Amino acid sequence: MTTRNMTTFPVSLRQNRWRTALTFWGFVGPMVLGVIIFTYIPVIWGLILSLFEARATIEPTKFVGLENYLFLLNDEKFLLSLRTVGVFTIFIVPITCAFALLLALLVNNVTRGKAFFRSVFFIPTACSYVIASLVWKMSLFNGLRYGVANAFMNIAFDAPAVDWIGTVSPPYYWLVLVSVRLWLQVGLYMIIFLAALQDIPQELYDAAHVDGASKGWQVFRNITLPGIRNALVAVILLNLIAAFQAFDEFYNIMGGGAAGGGAGGGNAFLARTPLVYLYSIAFGGRDYGRGSAGAFILAAIVMTITVLQGRLFGFGRSEA
Amino acid sequence: MSIFSSRLFQQTVTYVLLLFLAFVFLFPFYVIGRNALMTRREITAAGWTWLPAEPQIENLTNLFNDPLAPMATGLRNSFLIAITDLILQMVLASMAGYGLARIPYRWRNLVFYMLIATIMIPGAVTFIPKYVIVASLGWVNTLQGLIIPNAFNVFATFIFRQFYLNFPQELEDAGRVDGMNYWQVYRYIVLPNSRSVFAALGALTFIGSWNSFVWPLVIGQNQSSWTVQIVLSTFMTAQTINLPALFMGAAVAVVPLLILFFIFQRYISQGVTFSGIKG
Repeated sequence: MTTRNMTTFPVSLRQNRWRTALTFWGFVGPMVLGVIIFTYIPVIWGLILSLFEARATIEPTKFVGLENYLFLLNDEKFLLSLRTVGVFTIFIVPITCAFALLLALLVNNVTRGKAFFRSVFFIPTACSYVIASLVWKMSLFNGLRYGVANAFMNIAFDAPAVDWIGTVSPPYYWLVLVSVRLWLQVGLYMIIFLAALQDIPQELYDAAHVDGASKGWQVFRNITLPGIRNALVAVILLNLIAAFQAFDEFYNIMGGGAAGGGAGGGNAFLARTPLVYLYSIAFGGRDYGRGSAGAFILAAIVMTITVLQGRLFGFGRSEA
Repeated sequence: MSIFSSRLFQQTVTYVLLLFLAFVFLFPFYVIGRNALMTRREITAAGWTWLPAEPQIENLTNLFNDPLAPMATGLRNSFLIAITDLILQMVLASMAGYGLARIPYRWRNLVFYMLIATIMIPGAVTFIPKYVIVASLGWVNTLQGLIIPNAFNVFATFIFRQFYLNFPQELEDAGRVDGMNYWQVYRYIVLPNSRSVFAALGALTFIGSWNSFVWPLVIGQNQSSWTVQIVLSTFMTAQTINLPALFMGAAVAVVPLLILFFIFQRYISQGVTFSGIKG
């Protein structure tokens, strides 16, 4: 914390101190109250629920200890959902980072039309996962012959129509799921990279040129990459956290899972994230005890990854 | 010097690549517009046509008349929720940010850490226990259930605090000398000078709540409390699919945001850069 916080004030004036406290709570109190009610209490209540049986009721009914946790850790469907989101993360995070960086470098290097390209790649940020899923599922990767991908394959290669979402092997649905998130998110991360690229002093590039580092790769490795290091770490972290909590596009493209939920069973058995599975346990099966236990397992995994990545990249040293 | 390393060649390749990528990135929006204005037969025809023979404006009325898609209710709810959330989040977060940055209260750092610690908790993971709290308040299927639990934005508080820490202290001191209290300084000196932060965080907040899905899905179980995203998600899986109306629905839901996006683009980029700083 900055030393500026250490403002001193006359202690002798007790009234003044009370007034300061009152004013402080006037400003900050509503936020603190809201965070207690809608974050702290839910977390504590969720922890309690996870140790109890709570079926078809939001009240804990019978203490079961760690049984809900053990059930989930032995539940094949839950373990499969963890594996699914793991695979998804392994694909989406490096692809998004690399592609966002590539876009930023390309946009940063053109002299004309910079603003135009920047906007074009950034626009999908305004689109929701639901609408993107709708376009991907009902048009781009529609399994019928009028789907855009199928129409293209038919015109270009005279290929038969492919069921992109429902085919088990090969798992084309990963193409659908990865591309939709890539399209939605890559512009956002490109903006972060662009801001970092613009902060690299031009003199460094000039100096490199004088020193004879003419190869693009050398300049990239020795100047650009160190310059955007913090942005890169931030993008990877934001990406990882978001990917592990993936829900919207899986729910809308693959379906919500058999245990109820608006989108029906669909193809959820092919690729279901932990959050979609927990949703079907808690709101389809109305089992809030197990649902809460699963939420804590997932939270533990996400927080472990966050801390691990922090250690790995020496994170948290540069507090903004 | 070979032709491949010449500057002109590199620029040409870059532009060709960028134009191709621009086409790919805009394509989904084009598909929404194309299908929204076609007949069902045109959409499902074999082969590929770029434009409808005749734009089917009546798809819009068909959409609003389709009982499977309560679009009018959804739009109304989404607007109400996004606007109220925007106002609440900005007011609460800027107030808290100012208090944490400027009021020399003994425990303020403790309060700050207590708030900031919640950023570490993965958002979507708390939705089940949060639902339980909201359900015990009797707020399922209500607008306050959709709005209030999301009104407390700790990340925005953090950004506002950073901004106010760097705010020129002299301006505030001048106000203090004139006999203003903290509230007046905040209202008449600080707020008028923090428009850009409000625009940046506000635009992101609005987009976020308009596009949010999990929370409205959990809380809005009755048709009357559906947001436009829930309407579209349900419409997509309806038994009989009215394709043109479905895409018209997507267009209706995305166009307001595209307009907003173009107006506030500069601020939105700023807001996104903040989140990069945060990480």
